[in-house]
Amino acid sequence: MLDKNRAGDIFQRIREHSTADEVEALFYGTNSALTRFANNTIHQNVAEENCVVSVRTAFGGRTARATTNKLDDESLKRVVQASENLAKVQHPDQELLPMADADKSVRATRAVPSRYFEQTAAITPEQRAEVVGKIVSIAKKRDLTTAGIFSTSESVEGIFNSRGLADWHTQTSSEVSITMLAADSSGWQKANSPNVANLDPVALAELAARKAFHSAAPREIPAGKYTVILEPAAVLDIVGFMFYDFGGLAILDQRSFLNNRVGTKLFGDNIDIWDDVGHPLQSGAPFDGEGVRRQRVQLVDKGVVKRLVYARGTAERMKNSEHKDSVGPIEPTGHGFPLPNEMGEAPMNIVFSGPREPRTIDQMIASTEHGVLVTRLWYIREVDPYEKILTGMTRDGTFYVEDGKVRHGVRNFRFNESLLHMLSNVEEMGTPVRASGEESFDMVVPAMKVREFNFTEVTKF
Amino acid sequence: MKDLAAQALNVAALRGASYADARVADDRSRALSTKNGKIGSASDSESLGIGVRVIADGAWGFAASDDLTRAAVEATAARAVDIAKASARVKQHDIQLAPEQPVTAEWTSPFQIDPFTTSVEQNLDLLLKIDSELRSVAGVTLAETNMNFRREESWFTSSEGANIHQTKYTTGAGYAAHAFAGSEIQKRSYPNSYGGQWQNKGYELIGELRLVENARRIGEEAVALLKAERCPEGAFDIILDGSQLGLQIHESVGHPIELDRVLGMEANFAGTSFLTLDKLRTLRYGSELVNIVADARQEHGPGLGTFAFDEEGVPAQCTPIITNGLFTGYLSSRETAHTIGASRSGGTLRAEGWNRLPIIRMTNVSILPGEKPLTREQLIASTDHGIYMETNRSWSIDDKRYNFQFGCEMGWEIKGGKRVRMLKNPSYSGITTEFWNSMDAICSRDEWVLWGVPHCGKGQPQQVMGTGHGAAPARFHNVKVGSAYKGN
Repeated sequence: MLDKNRAGDIFQRIREHSTADEVEALFYGTNSALTRFANNTIHQNVAEENCVVSVRTAFGGRTARATTNKLDDESLKRVVQASENLAKVQHPDQELLPMADADKSVRATRAVPSRYFEQTAAITPEQRAEVVGKIVSIAKKRDLTTAGIFSTSESVEGIFNSRGLADWHTQTSSEVSITMLAADSSGWQKANSPNVANLDPVALAELAARKAFHSAAPREIPAGKYTVILEPAAVLDIVGFMFYDFGGLAILDQRSFLNNRVGTKLFGDNIDIWDDVGHPLQSGAPFDGEGVRRQRVQLVDKGVVKRLVYARGTAERMKNSEHKDSVGPIEPTGHGFPLPNEMGEAPMNIVFSGPREPRTIDQMIASTEHGVLVTRLWYIREVDPYEKILTGMTRDGTFYVEDGKVRHGVRNFRFNESLLHMLSNVEEMGTPVRASGEESFDMVVPAMKVREFNFTEVTKF
Repeated sequence: MKDLAAQALNVAALRGASYADARVADDRSRALSTKNGKIGSASDSESLGIGVRVIADGAWGFAASDDLTRAAVEATAARAVDIAKASARVKQHDIQLAPEQPVTAEWTSPFQIDPFTTSVEQNLDLLLKIDSELRSVAGVTLAETNMNFRREESWFTSSEGANIHQTKYTTGAGYAAHAFAGSEIQKRSYPNSYGGQWQNKGYELIGELRLVENARRIGEEAVALLKAERCPEGAFDIILDGSQLGLQIHESVGHPIELDRVLGMEANFAGTSFLTLDKLRTLRYGSELVNIVADARQEHGPGLGTFAFDEEGVPAQCTPIITNGLFTGYLSSRETAHTIGASRSGGTLRAEGWNRLPIIRMTNVSILPGEKPLTREQLIASTDHGIYMETNRSWSIDDKRYNFQFGCEMGWEIKGGKRVRMLKNPSYSGITTEFWNSMDAICSRDEWVLWGVPHCGKGQPQQVMGTGHGAAPARFHNVKVGSAYKGN
């Protein structure tokens, strides 16, 4: 695996090949493996090693990027030339900033814990197979079929530029996702962590199996507005669709649901949201695509959208825009994507604050007269960008709750729900946990009990 | 490259693999885009590496590396075998591969102009000209354009003797105008949403798309939508334009016919399928007018699913999927063919790159045009009361592919065979087989376009793949319209 010293040497070679005013190099390296199972069998089992360098050159307001996974001298020369050729033919952009300075980039409000664990990096195919074997045993014991993954990886991410900036991040990741299938029902659980020791695949398998068992013979109940109890993965997957709108460029582009709404109360009093790469349950590098250190930012305070996140260039543009007095504090926050790009920036380390009196899912069920317990949401897409109406389906464990008890499984629903409406109707919340779904990036979110969640149709299973 | 692959196969055999294939791939891409008069992206990318797939002890293993030195290739092959042996610890049956005659072949997708030889400066100027046209319309608040090129070269070698060298070019381009006012954001895209039109062609596609000529109209439509009335709720006859019908095929035909989904192999992520094996040649999928094929052959057209051989060396084929409304075929691979009694794979195993295991993917899943001449305008003229919908805005379907909901960018109410008013926020929903059985008209060949869907996600780790969907405007009877906004 590439290390910072070798990457620094490669960057020096890149600089020697370049005629640009400024040069930046991003490095990404991974050594990953994923064991996939279905029908109680390991049916796919893969491993990958790859390392790329991505070179950005700049000539007086013109910039472009070229990327290669070949690190020999000839390839480095070629990738530098490719970047320069793309940059040189552009019309200068007067708003393009010089690359980030090394000294000004360090503005983190707290340290990021180590996210590299030897035990995770050292997991072998045999060890993954052993874990899958245990999951399959649980499925067979309950006369179920299981499908899922167990993956582990180590990765590096680094950035160097000709102003002396040099930053490096190493991390490990591990993930287990398990679906248990019965004749007409299913259950699902997923977890991930930089430290494989934090995963408990057997417990996840048991819970997924119980969900499959208890949702058997699902009954159809009519679509309509229900009180729902959304498990953390369901919350994560639906709320994730709004955070790309919290970037300053989304406002400048007028494509955000926060157009003319920053500073207003959009959600309930109980909604506080932060972006915090240093949170102990978060993951990822502590610097952004330009090498600026990520700040801890409160996005939402008691339901009021307080502020946005900014890349360096976006912050400068916002300060000179007609919106400057209506969007809260404006400064680079370390949330920019690598330049050049169309998206600007986004908060990617979301942490919801917990309530003063967190409720367990069992407590939420016990306080519900009529409602639906949702394990997971699926195929979520945006229907309306300003009212933030999203559509999608429930999946892998949907239950009817009556008089404080889970009564039976139900056929899956289609929802068309506004996030403004949903996050204004949260009656109870759990303790935030690190959750992982399939539609959004990982977050620290609580389970939520939400009134009047809008189910519009029922499917056939 | 052939020597590298041969080296990998030798090591795999020595380590105990009963089957092995190696795929070296060299992938090059360029992405150009603009936004509101500025460069959004200007980037080149190249990726070269080897993926080795083996069967050992009756189970699969796969390893990939960017390091093409002799030692690294040997280590990658050995790693694949070790992984396969670990897989064998949790298996029910040994892998069976349908027989396939190994071939030696060369193929390059036809193109007139290599897009990588074209001027970056001129291409950016073209995008900026479109951007300027879009923003010349008062009320357009955001203009976005893009142009993308890709060249994929691969060398496939198998322990059975296959030796296939393929090169494929892809070109894509499009743009969108957004209009924000009051409390809504409207959008129009051309020629399609989410990056425009994509085909396995060279730069000649850019000229064929008539991008500049349509820009002002698209900007005007985006602004006009702000003042249009909202699409009503209820049951209506609807007419879908070809690009929307292409996505409808993708989601409600293309994915459910993937045999790996049907067999449960994707149950944890992409989902399964309502098309259980008992439905083959028994299910009435659609009306008599519905004829759909999965056709990877060059004669089908320059679709994103066109190739000469799939990524286990099986020649491109045309599989009838729906024949006069009857469900007649799945997308299959050498591993899965036996489950439907087929003696041979349907040739649909594809990988995103050298570092991904090939899995069953759509090729070009296309509806055949109507045999009687019928233009879109004639179809509208023959509709008494209905809604015409154009260009996808949102799409969602359940994990067995029964219940779907689509939103489109723009609608028109049709009364007495005429478009009488523009409608914003049109959407429709339904159950797959009920919907396809309600199709009562489809336009003829002149209206048929082979659309590209460039970003189809599937698999773990996820792979993004381009698929093709030929479609012509078609009409569906008594469809539920407007549920997307119901209750909101």
